[in-house]
Amino acid sequence: MAEKRTLKRFASVFLASSLIVGALAACSGKEGTSTAGNTSGESSDVIKIGANLELSGSVASYGSSIGQGAELAVEEINAAGGIDGKKIELVKVDNKSDNAEATNAAVKLATQEKVVAMIAPATSGNVIATTQIANQYKIPTVTASGTAPNVTENEDGSINEFVFRTCFIDPFQGIVAANFATKELGAKNVAIYADNASDYAKGLAASFKEQIEANGGTVVAEEAYVADDTDFNSTLTRIKSANPDFIFIPGYYEEVGLIVKQARELGIEAPLMGADGWDSPTLVELAGSEALNNTFITNHYSSQDPDETIQGFVKAFEGKNNESPNAFHALGYDTVYFIKDAIERADSTDGEAIQKALAETKDLSLITGTFSVDEKHNPVKSATVLEYVDGEQKFNSKVNP
Amino acid sequence: MKKSKAFWVYIIFALVIYTIVQVMISGGTLDLYYQNILIQMCINIMLAVSLHIVIGITGQFSIGHAGFMAVGAYFSAIATMNLGLPFFVALIIGAVAAGFAGLLVGIPTLRLKGDYLAIATLGFAEIIRIVFLNIDYVGGAAGMVVTNMTTWTFAFVGVVLTIFVIANFTNSRHGRGAIAIREDEIAADAMGINTTYYKVVAFTIGAIFAGLAGGIYSHNFFIIQPTTFNFLKSFDILIYVVLGGLGSLSGSVIAAIFLTIVSAYLSNFPETRMIIYSLVLILVMLYRPTGLMGTKEITHLFKFGKKGGSKV
Repeated sequence: MAEKRTLKRFASVFLASSLIVGALAACSGKEGTSTAGNTSGESSDVIKIGANLELSGSVASYGSSIGQGAELAVEEINAAGGIDGKKIELVKVDNKSDNAEATNAAVKLATQEKVVAMIAPATSGNVIATTQIANQYKIPTVTASGTAPNVTENEDGSINEFVFRTCFIDPFQGIVAANFATKELGAKNVAIYADNASDYAKGLAASFKEQIEANGGTVVAEEAYVADDTDFNSTLTRIKSANPDFIFIPGYYEEVGLIVKQARELGIEAPLMGADGWDSPTLVELAGSEALNNTFITNHYSSQDPDETIQGFVKAFEGKNNESPNAFHALGYDTVYFIKDAIERADSTDGEAIQKALAETKDLSLITGTFSVDEKHNPVKSATVLEYVDGEQKFNSKVNP
Repeated sequence: MKKSKAFWVYIIFALVIYTIVQVMISGGTLDLYYQNILIQMCINIMLAVSLHIVIGITGQFSIGHAGFMAVGAYFSAIATMNLGLPFFVALIIGAVAAGFAGLLVGIPTLRLKGDYLAIATLGFAEIIRIVFLNIDYVGGAAGMVVTNMTTWTFAFVGVVLTIFVIANFTNSRHGRGAIAIREDEIAADAMGINTTYYKVVAFTIGAIFAGLAGGIYSHNFFIIQPTTFNFLKSFDILIYVVLGGLGSLSGSVIAAIFLTIVSAYLSNFPETRMIIYSLVLILVMLYRPTGLMGTKEITHLFKFGKKGGSKV
């Protein structure tokens, strides 16, 4: 008897839930087809740009920052009359910071939403999960922050035709840091302390080392840590005994914060330097503002850059979001303008025409620098060097490639 | 006699589903988006069912299933990308490698019970992940780029094979032994059942099909990275099994289908996606504390033959 009742209740719950799911699926299906109907007619007055971003999951802060920047850009463009009178519609899809979901999201944008162009995910691995879809459906795809070289260039040297990026690639930051160390700081004996679990850090360390040696410096110590380590004292003591006058620490803010703190506690006074992986308020909390004095990072842009257009962007962003824009906000913003510029020059919403225009981009002036696209679909642009002074990032200089 | 009739009914049922979907794909009704969701559904079903044999049938609480999936994914990817072998050979290689890993882990750890086993399997999955993270041959942290080779046919055959083998295992002498272990290990031991042997067999079969699912997974999503196979992936699979009802094969299948659809649909609402997904889980568990199906099978609801319906 009791079992029968539970069975009944189960049946009703199950039926109800399957009905709901069915109804939802039907709705979404209808939505998809109706919008598809709209955009397939060339006369539509909306240009759809998809955004396949990490809005939840482990790197949600990157994806949602890019999304916020992109939204601001879309609002501005639409307020100014859109592209040739057509308004931009940003279609945001969450990929949960997961490769498989990134593929699903890209397929969805390509087949269901029929977008004209896509903003690709924030991290390189997730971008790679979407590149084949972009090529197959001929949808120009731009990643705001996928910095790994193999995003646009395959292992066999061929180029992913429909994939572009707004950020510089990893090795470039290593080169900038090395030039800064030898030329600005006059460093001769440098040490490298890299995150061994991250390709990003390993790539930076390799290009830094190469450039330092090309500039006539010597690497006196080369050590590694692994993400999630918390005690760095023994390795730092070894580095200290090598007596470097500059230490390069490519990695992410979680560990770097502790490394900087422990290094200063051990009495290492040499300048420390990292890259855009340091860029987080958490770094200051972990390391303490005092320990961060005399440290530098390379980054995509600085909100303190005195440049007029940058200050205009900072003000507009602060007005909308009540926070100061970080590099990801700026890159997301630029990505939309990068696509917009290409659509205008192509004078078409055809994928291949936009792709051609993107590849031909020259001297486009954006927030994160003026750039041209090279034959590997990477932008040639300047990097900004920032210095930490009492826990604040201060604009130091701009370095051109 | 009756049993073999039911078997043929299932086979025909599977063929009908396959044909309908295949016709819809060739006819263009199902575009790549739906195909992708279907393939993902198949992968999730295989993972859920292969964990079901370990947790639901044998009662061994393993939370390292993503580790076996990773072994299958990487070995099959190496086979196609680096060695140039055909896809189906690669899938077999991946499954065998994962099965071997299951055997290797199972023999020492299956002497443990409950929480201890859970922690040992979790540790194993992490070891696998860290090993792949540090081997440059498979791309290290950046991951391995894999060509898309998975089709609906491969995914569906994988599912049918998985369900077929595991359902038959459950109804065999071995399966009964495994169920006895789930119900009471000491009593089973006293009755002369070789508990370690049956546990290792079930564990290895689970690992083989997780490896097969991993191979299909890696060839569908263009890139595999060690971070994909972290313990959260193991928990995803665990959720399918628990939500479906511990001990119910059809429950695992239904839960995998249900959650894949929920997840795919919710990508339209990025801001509230995880909240709704979690709410769905909480609601189901509140109303169905033993999971969607409890320990019943869907075949008990639609009885074949006159009598049937005897409880497991």
